[in-house]
Amino acid sequence: MQTAVIVFPASNCDRDAAVALEAHTGKAPHMIWHKDTSIPDDVRLVIVPGGFSYGDYLRSGAIASQSPVIKDLKQKAEAGLTVLGICNGFQVLTEAGMLPGALMRNAGQKFVCKVSRLRLANAQTRFTKLYDAKDDIDIPVAHHDGNYFADDDTLRRLEGNGQVVFRYVDNPNGSRNDIAGIVNQAGNVLGMMPHPERAVDALHGGTDGNNLFKSILGSM
Amino acid sequence: MIARVYVGLKPGVLDPQGRTIASSLNDLGFDEVQDATQGKVIELKLADGDRDTVEARVKEMCEKLLANTVIESYRIELDETEA
Repeated sequence: MQTAVIVFPASNCDRDAAVALEAHTGKAPHMIWHKDTSIPDDVRLVIVPGGFSYGDYLRSGAIASQSPVIKDLKQKAEAGLTVLGICNGFQVLTEAGMLPGALMRNAGQKFVCKVSRLRLANAQTRFTKLYDAKDDIDIPVAHHDGNYFADDDTLRRLEGNGQVVFRYVDNPNGSRNDIAGIVNQAGNVLGMMPHPERAVDALHGGTDGNNLFKSILGSM
Repeated sequence: MIARVYVGLKPGVLDPQGRTIASSLNDLGFDEVQDATQGKVIELKLADGDRDTVEARVKEMCEKLLANTVIESYRIELDETEA
C-alpha cells in the first residue's frame, strides 16, 4: 500500500513516520514537500508529522496549515482519504479546520517529554480497531502546545459522536476532558498529540504504537 | 497606513502565561496585581487605501491567519498618520 508523509520546514518526526510506515507496509512512503500542490492518487494514507513547522511562529501549525499541499489534503480527506496528524501534525490539522478545537500552551507551561499512558476512548475507529479497549497503552509525548481546547458545545458533540479516541490517564498538559486524540466526524482523519511512530520498536522502549498502523492497514 | 492587530485569548480560555506573569509580579511585591493576560500585537504596514476597504481586508487577514478564533479574539486599529 502506498503511503505519504508531508514535510514542512522544521518537521522533525517525518523520518520516524517514514520508518514506521515502511516497517508496516514494506514500502517507502512518498515524502511530499509542503510546496507541492498535490498528493499522488495512489496514496491511501497520509501522515502529517510532528516537529516545529515554521518554528511555531504565530501559533503552532498556523503557517503550515496554509501550505499549498494542505489544500489538496483537505479535498482528498473530504473524499475519504485516511489522514493521521501526529503532534505538530495534529496542530496543523486543527489550524486547517480539518479537526475541531485548538492546541494551546500546556497548562503547566513546561515542555512535556515522557511516556504517557493512554486510555482507548474509542477502539472501534479505523485507527484503533486492533486495540483492546480494556488495555491502556504507553505512547511517548513531546510537546509544549498540547493542551486541547474546544468550547462546551464542540466537546459535547465530540463525546456524543465517539470522536474522542485517546485520553490521558494522567493528563500532562491540561487538555479538556483529558483528550489526547480525536477523529473527524467521518472517522477518516485522526489527530493525536502522542507519537505512535515512536512506539514501534522494542529497542526504543515499547511497541504499543504498532496496533495503530496495523489497524489502519487492516482497514484498507 | 499602519494597521495594528491585537490578538488575545478569549475570556474564559485559560491563559497559563498570563497567570505566571501575575504570580511573578506578586512575588516581586506588586500585590495589587490580581490577574494578567498575555496577547500579541501584529503591526502591518499597508498600501494606502479607502479606510473601510482596508479594515475589511485586515479583518479577513485576522480570520484567515492572524487569529485562531476558536481560542482568540482580535481588535484592529488603523493609524493613518503613520506611513
